[in-house]
Amino acid sequence: MADQTLPIHGALDLTPPREREHTLLETLHSWVTTVDHKKLGLMYMMMSIFFLLVGGAEAIFIRIQLAVPNNHFVSPQTFNRLFTMHGTTMVFLVGMPLVFAWANYIVPLQIGARDMAFPRLNAFSFWLTLFGGLFLYYSFIGGPGLYGTGSAPDVTWWAYAPLTLKAFSPGHATDYWALALIVTGFGTIGGGINIIATVISMRCKGMTLMRMPLFSWVMFVDGAFVLIVITPLTASQVMLLIDRYLGGHFFDTQAGGSATVWMHFFWIFGHPEVYVLVFPAFAIASEVIQVFSRKALFGYPAMVAAIIGIAFVSVSVWAHHMFTIGMTSAGNAFFVLSTELVGIPTGIKIFNWLATMWGGKIRFATPMLFAIAFLFQFLCAGLTGIMLSIAPWNWQLHGSYFVIAHFHYILVGAIVFMVFSGIYYWFPKATGRMMSETLGKWHFWLFFIGFHLTFDTMHFVGFEGMPRWIYTYPADRGWQNINLVVSIGGLIQGIAVLIFAYNLISSLFKGKIAGNDPWDAWTLEWATTSPPPVYNFATDPVVRSWRPLWDLKHPENPDWKYD
Amino acid sequence: MNAIPLVATSPEQEWHLPYKGRIGMYGLIIAESAIFTIFVIAYIYYIGKSLYGPTPQQVLDVPIVNTICLLSSSITIFLSERAIERNNLKTFGLWWAATIALGAIFLIGTGIEWHKLIYHDGLTISTNLFGTTFYSLVGLHATHVVVGLIMLTIVLLFTLTGHVKHEHSERVQVLALYWHFVDAVWVVVFTVVYIVGR
Amino acid sequence: MLPKWLRVERIARLAVFSALALSGHAMAEGPQATPSIFAPASTPATQIYHLSFFILEITAAIFVAVAGLLTYVIIRYRARTGDDESEPAQVYGSNQVELAWTVIPILIVVVLFLTTARVIFAIQDAPMPTAALEVTAVGHQFWWEYRYPKQGLVGQDFVAVNELHVPLSSTDHPTPTYIKLLSADVDHSFWVPQLAGKTDLIPNHPNDTWIDPLQSGLYVGQCAQFCGVQHANMLLRVYVDTPEQFAAWLANQAKPGIQDPSVVAGRHVFETQACMNCHAVQGTAATGRFGPDLTHLMSRDTLASGMIPNTRDNLRQWIKDPNTIKPGCLMPAMQLSEDQLDQVTNYLETLK
Repeated sequence: MADQTLPIHGALDLTPPREREHTLLETLHSWVTTVDHKKLGLMYMMMSIFFLLVGGAEAIFIRIQLAVPNNHFVSPQTFNRLFTMHGTTMVFLVGMPLVFAWANYIVPLQIGARDMAFPRLNAFSFWLTLFGGLFLYYSFIGGPGLYGTGSAPDVTWWAYAPLTLKAFSPGHATDYWALALIVTGFGTIGGGINIIATVISMRCKGMTLMRMPLFSWVMFVDGAFVLIVITPLTASQVMLLIDRYLGGHFFDTQAGGSATVWMHFFWIFGHPEVYVLVFPAFAIASEVIQVFSRKALFGYPAMVAAIIGIAFVSVSVWAHHMFTIGMTSAGNAFFVLSTELVGIPTGIKIFNWLATMWGGKIRFATPMLFAIAFLFQFLCAGLTGIMLSIAPWNWQLHGSYFVIAHFHYILVGAIVFMVFSGIYYWFPKATGRMMSETLGKWHFWLFFIGFHLTFDTMHFVGFEGMPRWIYTYPADRGWQNINLVVSIGGLIQGIAVLIFAYNLISSLFKGKIAGNDPWDAWTLEWATTSPPPVYNFATDPVVRSWRPLWDLKHPENPDWKYD
Repeated sequence: MNAIPLVATSPEQEWHLPYKGRIGMYGLIIAESAIFTIFVIAYIYYIGKSLYGPTPQQVLDVPIVNTICLLSSSITIFLSERAIERNNLKTFGLWWAATIALGAIFLIGTGIEWHKLIYHDGLTISTNLFGTTFYSLVGLHATHVVVGLIMLTIVLLFTLTGHVKHEHSERVQVLALYWHFVDAVWVVVFTVVYIVGR
Repeated sequence: MLPKWLRVERIARLAVFSALALSGHAMAEGPQATPSIFAPASTPATQIYHLSFFILEITAAIFVAVAGLLTYVIIRYRARTGDDESEPAQVYGSNQVELAWTVIPILIVVVLFLTTARVIFAIQDAPMPTAALEVTAVGHQFWWEYRYPKQGLVGQDFVAVNELHVPLSSTDHPTPTYIKLLSADVDHSFWVPQLAGKTDLIPNHPNDTWIDPLQSGLYVGQCAQFCGVQHANMLLRVYVDTPEQFAAWLANQAKPGIQDPSVVAGRHVFETQACMNCHAVQGTAATGRFGPDLTHLMSRDTLASGMIPNTRDNLRQWIKDPNTIKPGCLMPAMQLSEDQLDQVTNYLETLK
């Protein structure tokens, strides 16, 4: 079954590809000038993986410094830069490009389109994002400016005013931070517009919105969502630059400006941003869990409703990051309630995934292992999220290592795990070769163990009063044992990621030939060749359900009968 | 199995999806609205919080002429949209040029207002919170007017050289959508800055 | 049903306790070196502690239920060798089941919200008793200033630095301390986990918090909002004194600085070498407010905001070049000669 060619009738141009060898320069030229959604998707992905390694290296430095008390591995200034760059990199240069990597590569294939709606805008968005990232890292060189102070940004990725104003952050580091994120932010807006226009205007015949694979649904909601999520950050960074360069007073507390206004603006962006980042994980999980449980997604309409519900509720919860700034008790209570409401659609998603697995025949290939770990870790992250939403308890937990543990459970335990899952799942489609299952299992188990060593224990050191952002801690606090374990776990994760990188590269050249449909899957991207031709489908496909290949493979029992 | 096409019922069935340019513009408008919302919230929050003058009451005059010009440009661009849909290219060009003229008058009016504020009243972006929020919000809107005018002018040049045809009416309407948005934002900015904040 | 439910709850509680025990400390009373949120010693912290265990029980129950379901599913429905090639039955959804797992979470949210709201109001809107001590804490990069108002018995208001002294409270005669929180520069956060949750110190945005410690001793914590290079060493020390100790401490702090003629050379250096631009010694010409008040420097156990013990060697090294101890702190090295260093150190050592 697996290797059988299963194209839509007439969907493939079977004329052999031109045999001509391309020179390196020609290849490079074709990638730099491309407007093809698949190449751009892969470039987004390569950008993410590159910055994941950079941000990961920063994390390793952080963990070495904190492994023992009173360490002098790096200076406090360097440490502050490391965690600021780590956070900024992981959110804006890894997480955000990943959204567009998946959306670019998979969505047009899944909805039977030949490309995104605006291919040139697509390329423009990618290059903005990439140059924004390079610009941010140029701060290591350009940051000192004329003042001879600082290099990379060192104000945390929240960049709370007034610490970011000229008076407290001279030099150019903070400007690099703000400008780089404005630039990547424009790239994000372009990408978001492209996704929604693609999904609304480019679907193949028969694919009504409620016949879109859930992956595409989630990316569609995500694309629309980033438009209102990233823009408040762009606006407030413009304000920050006005303060820094034009002598404005938005956040200048000496001239009547307000520090809390920055907090509100930042978190109006910052909290929904977490959902922007985690939506691709939901999207991938919805595909992987279906295919490896051999069952249709349980409660498709409820899943669509839940994802929209999460997006809506999450724009009204931002101040749960601000329970300690002295809001009124009624304000605190409101944000407790709105935050906990997010748990309801999130719960629906987890239960529906479980119900999808219920009664299936679960195959434990590497993508599914990551997906199962994702389910477990996402559950835990949701539960620690409930703890953090309890405002009085949040007064203790906020800004502690418990929070670090909680959001890394989302960012690593959910997102990174599902990104790995998705790469193992779609790598055969993008390259035509399978990734090594043996290395994949090593990668999974080492990463799983390292993850839990690091982030499980972090919760406890948070209970013990260890705040985040500290470059060192006194020996008499009793935090050293846990911190050592955390650091060891970090190293194990680092090793696992190196195994993954090796697997990625070696499989690219030596992996088993995959065929068009190695997982026996049900969505349209598996109906074309691996890798797909530039035009994706030679004739436009026509579908009657959200699992067109299931209908094709099971004409006796097609999905559309239950539509 | 290979021969089974994914289409089972009549291949002739209707399949219409919205024009992608329009959807893209709606996306841009949503994003821009969020940016303006943040600036408007900042403006409203900081009303009356300046530690020193000048205050809006002392220096701001309500820009009636400006507002009339900009709002009527929405009508002229609507008339030109209708003209191109009816393949009346000459009328289209006239109304389009009128739109540009009205937009330019608005910009010049803003320039005169700012000149007075800076040189006569001594209000700059760094003077106080009012200056900071006023120039940011009004300036952000004016920037959008400038961008709009540039794009409108490009279309006008194409019209004059005879490159704009009836078949471009959908694209022209997408651009007009942006112009309507810029006008609508002015209603909000005008209300907040010159009525509520003054 | 009920016994089973109770068993789950008991297991959850046991698990949390044993995890905490493993992590290196047991439930104990009074101040501890490890500032655990599970060793509360003051009413706000205790209320949070009780609430947190209620939440832990609920979340543990959810965890056991869902994680158990997940485990069951992956074991029960795994593909087995020798399975036929057929696909399992396709199920597209079930309105009843989906309704159930929408309604149950809603009920849980209602319970959580009501419980939480009660504790928010109890802590945040607690009326201040007349017997309360009111102190103003001001956060600076990277140290703490505590302004004490004029007390009934003692003559004047005064400033203490880095080491906050508060009176012991008791359930019979509560003498809580209400702390007004201000900032002189950037955002900080006041967090002594055993006494209360944290509250931020934000410029132009006064906040307050309160504590009523029920056991005397030294409680530690630290700044919990990133405030710059030395955020990590902006440590908090709260001394809870018995009424007698507290009265004695107050009486001493309210006095002007001791003027010992034997160290007049050091005082001269202090007042001519820019020290007094930033530092104050009450009763002398030194009235700077940018750095810590030094009037009763020797009454403090530590230097550099709780970073190092207050010994002669440390003090001398600190004056010589603070950046060797606390890199990035805002006090510059004043380039004093060795003689001047000795003289200033001698002078400061008389400020008891």
